[in-house]
Amino acid sequence: MGQLKVNQNLVNAENAKTLVEICPFGAISYDGKKLDVSSACKMCKMCIKKGPAGVMEFVEEETKSIDKSLWRGICVYVDHDGESIHRVTYELIGKAKELAAVTHHPVYALMLGKGVEAAAHKLLHYGVDKIFVYDDDALENFRIEPYTAAFCDFIEKIKPSSILVGATNLGRQLAPRVAARCRAGLTADCTVLEMKENTDLVQIRPAFGGNIMAQIVSPNSRPQFCTVRYKVFAEPKPNENESGEIVRMQIAPDALASVIEVLSKTEKPKDVDISEADIIVAVGRGAKSEANRAMAKELADALGGVVACTRPLVEENIFDAKHQIGLSGRTVKPKLILCLGISGAVQFAAGMKSSDCIVAINTDKNAPIFDVAHYGIIGDLNEIVPLLLEKIKAKEA
Amino acid sequence: MNILVCVKQVPGSSNVEVDPVTGVLKRDGVASKMNPYDLYGIELALSLVETYGGKVETITMGPPQAKSVIVESVCMGAVRGTVLSDRKFAGADVLATAYTLSQGVRKAGDFDLVICGKQTTDGDTAQVGAEVAEYLGIPHAAGVTAVDEVKDGKVFVTTNLDNKVVKESIKLPCLLCVDGDINSPRLPSYKVKKTVTDDAVRFLSFADFADQDEKHYGLAGSATQVERIFPPEKNTEKRSITGSSAEQAEGIFELLCERKLV
Repeated sequence: MGQLKVNQNLVNAENAKTLVEICPFGAISYDGKKLDVSSACKMCKMCIKKGPAGVMEFVEEETKSIDKSLWRGICVYVDHDGESIHRVTYELIGKAKELAAVTHHPVYALMLGKGVEAAAHKLLHYGVDKIFVYDDDALENFRIEPYTAAFCDFIEKIKPSSILVGATNLGRQLAPRVAARCRAGLTADCTVLEMKENTDLVQIRPAFGGNIMAQIVSPNSRPQFCTVRYKVFAEPKPNENESGEIVRMQIAPDALASVIEVLSKTEKPKDVDISEADIIVAVGRGAKSEANRAMAKELADALGGVVACTRPLVEENIFDAKHQIGLSGRTVKPKLILCLGISGAVQFAAGMKSSDCIVAINTDKNAPIFDVAHYGIIGDLNEIVPLLLEKIKAKEA
Repeated sequence: MNILVCVKQVPGSSNVEVDPVTGVLKRDGVASKMNPYDLYGIELALSLVETYGGKVETITMGPPQAKSVIVESVCMGAVRGTVLSDRKFAGADVLATAYTLSQGVRKAGDFDLVICGKQTTDGDTAQVGAEVAEYLGIPHAAGVTAVDEVKDGKVFVTTNLDNKVVKESIKLPCLLCVDGDINSPRLPSYKVKKTVTDDAVRFLSFADFADQDEKHYGLAGSATQVERIFPPEKNTEKRSITGSSAEQAEGIFELLCERKLV
């Protein structure tokens, strides 16, 4: 750690102007005499790297180093709703094993809840070394104080080096609360995780609206927390036999006190929101027949996605407006959008062109959709889609 | 009921690009604005005060220019706001930001309720609210879509917890992180803007805080460090999948497998 120092004796009108322009955050100002850095400074050190030599300086400060060898193990928080385990948990266990292989650390899972031990057994098929379970009436519903208390109790007793939490609505509020109590670093929505041999967790995430990637480490604090969204990492295959052990943890009941009372829990109505969907099967005029729409729906269901459409299909009252992609409809950015029989007008493309993966099937090789698509397929969707469906179903079975 | 809303000034556009040659962030010259998610928090606070009485204040951390988001909140109906500004706060990560805000909140006054937006459009982490609650030592609820009632020293809320809608009561004081799109934020009043005075904005710095340990703020108080920033790999691949229908279907299927979508 350290701070920026301005060597005022080297400042002149010319290099001050350069520095003011270099700072991407507008934190540097010059009043004709003195160069000042405001709290807008993000310590990107661009002024040192790119600015006039010697004017800006980074002064390192001595900090006490922590003993990282006291912290062992990579822990995955088991996200569940009392009924089923969220699949992001398995994905994170797969990643935790990869990370642990670098440092030869054990892989842990932490499960909080009531009557969850049977569910914990499922995790023993994924190669976790130890599953720590806090089973208590006070943990039946997710409430922030008892969950934080149990989580911190675990950290204090077991001292894991890294903790991976799924970026679900639950994980996104539990992880920061626990990290704050530990005064530990937390990186949200990591897309890449790597392990250094010194047990520092390298966390990479998009910043500034995804236009820049930031590589983040917590070099002097433990544990290291990160959250990862569902479907960022691959889910490992379960082993046939159980391995590892379940460790029952005890905590004093008064540590689990709460001023929150859960009054009701209801299943969310399954309202279609195409802008939230990870996978979209979009249909246009070339796929508007009832048979085509049924096929699109079947494909969307098989992929766990939703069906969306172009504007003409809304105008013909085939679809409700909330399914429409485009300038006058919704903007979507799914991981995959499969465009069936869509010509790809500019207005449509504007609503979907930032999607991660765009696949288009169209019989017209000159359709503008092929300019936007990452994968273009000139062909008949009536033949291709059923074959594709067969393959997907065979794999899921 | 006295409510404090945490707000932030963010770049007017999230389209920041890295110059691939120099590595410098390119600003596109768009002015700053209030983080759009905070508007829902302010609107919720104002509507609660209309029902239950009390006042709304706002707080922000940032450079002196961040004053403008406080003024905007006053134009919407807040009585006043606080800007936490100090060079010692520079380079703060989530941890140091949340800690600084919590110190500022304690200094700003006594509040029954602290409200935060879902996330900011520049940091995008959605974590500061929960950490502020921790450092204030009060409970919080996130994903709040509605405040149903305030009664008997408790707030009754509806929250969005993954596949469930949860209704719960929380004893005041507490902190709520509200979802976006839960209400229609009112527009700032032009009339108020004409008359808003300097009294509406208060500046606090490190010297005003109870915790005078510099190591808890800014870069020194941050646990995480940005090792480097780099432009993302652009998805410029354009391929056509050719062959018979069966081969094309196989091509799409392989693609789905590669991307872990099946």
